[in-house]
Amino acid sequence: MPEPAAQTGATSGAPRVLTRRGTELFMLVFAAVIVTFALLIVEISQEQTVTRDLFLYGAAFLVLFGVAHFAVRRWAPYADPLILPLVALINGIGLVMLHRLDLAEVYGGPFTGKQIMFSAIGVVLFVLVLAFIKDHRTLAQYGFTCGFVGIALLALPGLLPASISEANGAKLWIRFGPLGSIQPGEFAKILLLIFFASFLVSKRELFTTAGKRFLGVDWPRPRDLMPVIAAWVLSIGILVLEKDLGSSLLFFGIVLVMLYIATERAVWVFLGLSLFALGAIIAFNLFDHVQARVNTWLDPLAEGAANDQLRTGLFGMANGGMFGSGLGSGRPYLTSWAASDFIISAIGEELGLVGLMAVLMMYLLLVMRGLRTSLAVRDSFGKLFAGGLAFTIVLQLFVVAGGVTGLIPMTGLTAPFLAAGGSSLLANYVLVALLLRISDAARRPQTPAKPKPKQAPIAEAHTELVERPR
Amino acid sequence: MNKPLRRVALAMMVMVVLLMGNATYIQVIQASELRDHALNKRTQYEEFARERGQIIAGGQSLARSVPNEDNRYKWLRTYPNGPMYAPVTGFYSFYYGSNGIERAEDKILTGKDDSLAFDRLSDMITGKESRGGSVELTINTAMQEVAYKELTSKGFSGSVVALDPRSGEILTMVNAPSYDPGLLTSTDNNEVAKQWNNLSEAEDNPMANRAVSEIYPPGSTFKLITTAAALQNGYQPNSKVETAARIPLPGTASATLPNYGSNTCRGDTLTAAVAYSCNTAFAKIAGELGPDKLRETAAAFGFGDDLQIPMSVAKSDLGAMADTASLYQSGIGQRDVRVTPLQNAMMTAAIANHGKLMKPQLVKNTRSPDMSELDTFQPEEMKQSVSPEIAHMLREMMIQSEKYTKGSGKISNVEIASKTGTAQHGDPGDKPHGWYVAFAPAENPTIAVAVIVENGGDEGAEATGGSVAAPIGREVIRAGLQGGG
Repeated sequence: MPEPAAQTGATSGAPRVLTRRGTELFMLVFAAVIVTFALLIVEISQEQTVTRDLFLYGAAFLVLFGVAHFAVRRWAPYADPLILPLVALINGIGLVMLHRLDLAEVYGGPFTGKQIMFSAIGVVLFVLVLAFIKDHRTLAQYGFTCGFVGIALLALPGLLPASISEANGAKLWIRFGPLGSIQPGEFAKILLLIFFASFLVSKRELFTTAGKRFLGVDWPRPRDLMPVIAAWVLSIGILVLEKDLGSSLLFFGIVLVMLYIATERAVWVFLGLSLFALGAIIAFNLFDHVQARVNTWLDPLAEGAANDQLRTGLFGMANGGMFGSGLGSGRPYLTSWAASDFIISAIGEELGLVGLMAVLMMYLLLVMRGLRTSLAVRDSFGKLFAGGLAFTIVLQLFVVAGGVTGLIPMTGLTAPFLAAGGSSLLANYVLVALLLRISDAARRPQTPAKPKPKQAPIAEAHTELVERPR
Repeated sequence: MNKPLRRVALAMMVMVVLLMGNATYIQVIQASELRDHALNKRTQYEEFARERGQIIAGGQSLARSVPNEDNRYKWLRTYPNGPMYAPVTGFYSFYYGSNGIERAEDKILTGKDDSLAFDRLSDMITGKESRGGSVELTINTAMQEVAYKELTSKGFSGSVVALDPRSGEILTMVNAPSYDPGLLTSTDNNEVAKQWNNLSEAEDNPMANRAVSEIYPPGSTFKLITTAAALQNGYQPNSKVETAARIPLPGTASATLPNYGSNTCRGDTLTAAVAYSCNTAFAKIAGELGPDKLRETAAAFGFGDDLQIPMSVAKSDLGAMADTASLYQSGIGQRDVRVTPLQNAMMTAAIANHGKLMKPQLVKNTRSPDMSELDTFQPEEMKQSVSPEIAHMLREMMIQSEKYTKGSGKISNVEIASKTGTAQHGDPGDKPHGWYVAFAPAENPTIAVAVIVENGGDEGAEATGGSVAAPIGREVIRAGLQGGG
């Protein structure tokens, strides 16, 4: 039983290592209280009555994440204590907002029941990932398998007939008749992350080899460009086949960032961005739906139905103003798809700029904890993988929130944990479980007694860790 | 790999900061522009969710909001005596916007006006539902009622406008036929659309604000302006004028311009010409003065001005007056001369007020939700239309004119100064518009009124201003002097 020993700090010589599981539990209770009160406010302003059931919902919420918490306690005791409560809070706020939208009987609903179900399944997946993946490094061995499955999943909706894959102009889904639909792209995202992390770790020397020096920059050799070109082709393929600007941007962004982290050379980012810009210009000239999005972005307030959604979303945020209309007191139902893509505008309307900032801060904290994990973990694969996972969340947020607030052209992505969407929720719970798994490895105290295995490939991580703390 | 990871962390922060900055831009800097955007339904819903202020006149509520069951529209607009006050209040509809005072004073009524900023702030702090301010009108309800009943009880189409010549306050503004603005305030889209179509397609055009947005030929009432121009250019009340029964129109083959009933005029002075409304005399005078002088005098009475009362008023105009024939016809208020009933009331009021034209106004004051006064409108001089001497001469002529004017309703102990008009408007089987402009008491005027009865009222082609319009004008004056002067 090394765990209690570490907690009590009974061992004299070694520094006392805190698991911080108590902090995590406390923060979860805190999240449950916030969510319960948010629900209370919705009920008061919408129904004018408050029942005791509300506190039961709050308790159920706590129980659900209590399960996740005990799984972490059991299988990843050293994991970062903030990640799970942040996820729970974002998910909870999303649920409250969906419930609020359901009361307004918006099109496509009700959402809350499904979202609760998927949250529960998500937590189950979360527990399973923690229970079965004991060491994230084992994933590296399945890099190519993950890559192939990922690409297959990603390409599948694009190749399937539109009748079972298309909705709202994008071919992203696989529909199983009345059973519902999944967005395989959401899962492909994680699988491709695994592939890229393992691929880049094994081949990173290749990319660091400079080619010719030109314009003061060491350009990579043409043959080393292949992965980037492959990623570019892949993302443009998504754009063409599935008409999904958001996923296209997301995948390309992830590949670029992982290449950059692996090679430590910014030239990849410049190269990639120029390639993406080129692709975007071509796509703009070739495809009507891309042009429509860009035109809407340039003039969101113009008359006409094309930009109605963005416009009403912006109006909602403006009417919410600094402090918002209050939960349940605004009119987010006037914006179509307020439950999915536009949940960010709905929050901006009802919780105001202050509330929206708070939600964005929660995301920032979440990804920063992810990145901290990445910095602290000792193996290259873990570093790259954790960095990729964290960046995925923030890029997804940026693309969707930037889209609905008019910062960038609108694309079809959902805010992680917040928006309605089963696939997204499940995939993101898996993502967070993996992040916690890496985090556990990063924070787990070293056992110096054990001799290091000879074949340990990564010596660099050690030196850095020794060098950094001040 | 830690160095790029730290840079990625920085990039993440930048991304979130960009999102925050953009959200701040939308929700703080751009917010008011977005809130007031024409396509923003939310703002409209918010207005319907707030208690809109009242429109008040003479202690009566002409428009107010009452609580509604529907949660999306918490307040409904109601208009007690809707049709009687419709030209003033206008309507306030979720689906069709607003007009009249509802539109012109929208900022006060919704509570968005800067003068209500303190009330908004205190409502926000105390958590009270914010309410709009109220607008009190200058309308004299007794006169408004009489005017409306006079027009509608006889089934006339037309309009009555009365002013206080001393201040420019609008005492009466009535249209017939009218409509009930309350029909357009329902939250049932289909119901409102049906009513809207009925009203906007009705042949007698009940939603047109005849008093300020319709222009009519003024007929003989315009002779007051021709007279004023003559007096300004060398004429005296006893100057000799044309008396012939008819005169040829210069530049035409055989067309002539006759007096009423083709009679020779009964007097040969300018005063007599006004009193008996001699066409030939004024045609000649107009021809003598030329278009510029006529135009100048008309402009001094308010023709062509861009006027807000606070609703916009249609511009009155003399037309081209390109040749002598049209000049002759314009001199007696025919041809292309067009006026609003309000303009005719303004002309009368200027004569009554020693030649000084006061800016017409409909709003007496604005009030905060707790009814304390915010802003009281001050009488404002628009222009000196004619000198006090000439105004005095015109008054004497109008007193003479009233003596020869037929029609019932004369008030025994009050002297009225007036001018009638019977304006042909070129319809086949012409039924002329009957006009009556008057002020009273003649020596110390407190009321100036203009009445138009379209298409001869109940007398058709036989109607004259004296027979159909004068009785209404006199009743309105009576109500004003006795009822609530």
